[in-house]
Amino acid sequence: MESPRNRGWSWWYLLLIALCVVTLWVPLYNRVDPTFIGMPFFYWFQLLLVIVGAAVTAIVYFAE
Amino acid sequence: MEQINWTALTIFVLLFGFITWLGFVSARWRRGDLNTLHEWGLGGRRFGTVVAWFLIGGDIYTAYTFVALPALAYGQGAVAFFAVPYTILIFPLLFVAFPRMWQVCHKHGYITAADFVRGRFGNRWLALAITLSGIVATMPYIALQLVGLQVVIGGMGISGTGLSGDIPLIIAFVILAAFTYSSGLRAPAAIAIVKDLLIYLTAFTAVIVIPIKLGGFAKIFAAVPAAKLLLAAPPAASTGSYGAFATLALGSALALFLYPHSMTGILSASSARAVRRNAAMLPLYSFMLGLLTLFGFFVIAAGIDKLPQFAAGFAQYKATFAAPAILLWAFPSWFVGIAFAAIGIGALVPAAIMSIASANLYTRNIHREFFNPALSGRAEAQIAKWVSLIVKFGALIFVLFLPLQYAIQLQLLGGIWIVQTFPAVIFGLYTRKLNDWALLCGWTVGTVAGTWMAAVMNFSATYPLAVGGWTFPGYAAFYTVILNLLVALVLTPVFNAMTAKPPVDETALADYVV
Repeated sequence: MESPRNRGWSWWYLLLIALCVVTLWVPLYNRVDPTFIGMPFFYWFQLLLVIVGAAVTAIVYFAE
Repeated sequence: MEQINWTALTIFVLLFGFITWLGFVSARWRRGDLNTLHEWGLGGRRFGTVVAWFLIGGDIYTAYTFVALPALAYGQGAVAFFAVPYTILIFPLLFVAFPRMWQVCHKHGYITAADFVRGRFGNRWLALAITLSGIVATMPYIALQLVGLQVVIGGMGISGTGLSGDIPLIIAFVILAAFTYSSGLRAPAAIAIVKDLLIYLTAFTAVIVIPIKLGGFAKIFAAVPAAKLLLAAPPAASTGSYGAFATLALGSALALFLYPHSMTGILSASSARAVRRNAAMLPLYSFMLGLLTLFGFFVIAAGIDKLPQFAAGFAQYKATFAAPAILLWAFPSWFVGIAFAAIGIGALVPAAIMSIASANLYTRNIHREFFNPALSGRAEAQIAKWVSLIVKFGALIFVLFLPLQYAIQLQLLGGIWIVQTFPAVIFGLYTRKLNDWALLCGWTVGTVAGTWMAAVMNFSATYPLAVGGWTFPGYAAFYTVILNLLVALVLTPVFNAMTAKPPVDETALADYVV
């Protein structure tokens, strides 16, 4: 009777894990170039990641 | 004595008057019997996706955040941006685990995390540990909200010494206490909507107007010293600032939804689906938080800290004056009034929710559990109302009589303490396999080790963990919760062997399914 749903797992959650890994991989984005509207990469990449994170969560919400 | 900014003050007072009125009339919103704890302390669990969004947002993104993050960026640079990955990480956790929490709490009428742990593990002492972490971690958090309020009041030129300088803070506190007492969670929910509209207005206006005034982002970032612009590359045999940045984000993210006030916000939602939708919609706040953090760099670029009219403010409030100063510098007085009111109201909303959450904890998990199990619903609500007053009064005393430094240090410790409830609360949503006494031992070890780590580092956020020639500087909350979990895992078979039969789990597998 233990369906994956009962255990609280969905394969779509892998997307969320990928998001967390990218977020925590600091060397990936600790750099100045390329800049965007004068903002170093470090700053605009993280702000972009917020939007990507929201999109990923929305995808998982509708897909699940 | 500085000049009082009358225009800003007038608008500030008018907006405060409006939310005071709103706080009182909100008692009649989606009317329920406020003499029950379920209605007073959880708004009857009737908040839909949108109201829950404002309420949880008001919970997480507090006045202190708006003041502290620009201050950190101004003082220490890039590391302040840890708040952005931190808030990215909380949403997957909210999305995956907390709908289950909502379901099981709804089914069994739990109103706190400790209620859930009591029901799941059947151990009142483990539930008491969860309760103590919650109450002790929340108190300094409320105090910090009042500090945020104090800084904006000071920014308007009211910064007398002694008791007279504290009168505006005391007035704001009395307003807060009165509407929370009368309306319960409905008051901060209604006010959160006004607060967020004002905050969004302020943040987006400022982030467009100020960079234009300063000649664009390229010029702003050019003015930031190289050492503050990026994280320093780690030295040999160390994860350096990279590890610190990542563990600060992760440790804070694990801690956030364990705070009683976050739990109260989540449980007040009308359905598990409303919680899920919020996980996808809340990042809008994170985006704004990132923009607000940049205020610290605006201060550096504009050279505001060197201007004579702000010297007194920086002298009194140190770096925390950065956000108010940039707003004073860039905007006409009337807009400053709106912006400061946004920050001030942004202090009252979470302070109200925090005091309600602490009151719920005390009433349910200490008073009813240990002193009077026969408590009637009406008496329960009455006790909670009084406790919410006591908690807020304690926070006020804290702010008025202790140096600011203590509240900040206790807040750091608060994160370390609250994260120790993670194994019981979050893993408890998925499995009963961990033994309740083993969890309690893990909690004890984690709490003691975390407090010790913070103390030996003189209350700095990171602890340099040394393992086999490598150094891993990182947030003590993250390291100690792993230790906590290891202790619980190792001791589980030991305790299981000693006890014949585990206590009854009153929840069933089906109770968790979303």
